[in-house]
Amino acid sequence: MRVRVLAFARIREIVGSAERTVELAEGGTAGRVWDDLVREFPQLGEIERSTRLARNGALVEREAALHDGDELAFMPPFGGG
Amino acid sequence: MKYEITREPLDLEPLIEAVRSDACGAIVAFLGVVRELGDGDQPVDGLSYEAYPEMALPEMRAIGAEASRKFGEARVAIVHRIGDLRLGEASVAVAVAAPHRGVAFDACEYAMDELKARVSIWKKEHFRSGEARWRPNAAPGV
Repeated sequence: MRVRVLAFARIREIVGSAERTVELAEGGTAGRVWDDLVREFPQLGEIERSTRLARNGALVEREAALHDGDELAFMPPFGGG
Repeated sequence: MKYEITREPLDLEPLIEAVRSDACGAIVAFLGVVRELGDGDQPVDGLSYEAYPEMALPEMRAIGAEASRKFGEARVAIVHRIGDLRLGEASVAVAVAAPHRGVAFDACEYAMDELKARVSIWKKEHFRSGEARWRPNAAPGV
């Protein structure tokens, strides 16, 4: 299945792009996609604890199951206002 | 009401017009403005904001609805600017109309507190020294 991955703020800068599409096996989770990204960009490991995950616009835990066409966002702590 | 994320400079007037009502005797209008000294002690030249609008806008609407429920049926409008902002420019505008001023001030304070904690918007401080750093909001209650 294919999932659209969005990266914001510091995470976007480390990854080098705001958006990418990833292929993963059925039964894949949000945490699995994050772990793959950390493997590719080890610098992300430093901010792992403060990173929030959202699936299709709603916050989820790492264990959240993904489905084909989902949008998965990786977000550092918010700084609006 | 009015909830937007925009790259354009902010203007309070359209927000005030959006919340105005014959039932409301008080309108509170708030602007958050880029200041020279952020939470650190290094002078700032400007800020840049980015957002995840598909998530931020529904959250802004939810916050407005909560503020209305908690504070006397207040009518709330929130607009946040993104992109590059210079010193003195407004990053966020909130207008609240309510029957009386106490609840209007409370609803405005509530909307700003919740926005900073819950809305998917990020800011980067650009220091006069040329350095830059992403600045998260303080944890709630700090």
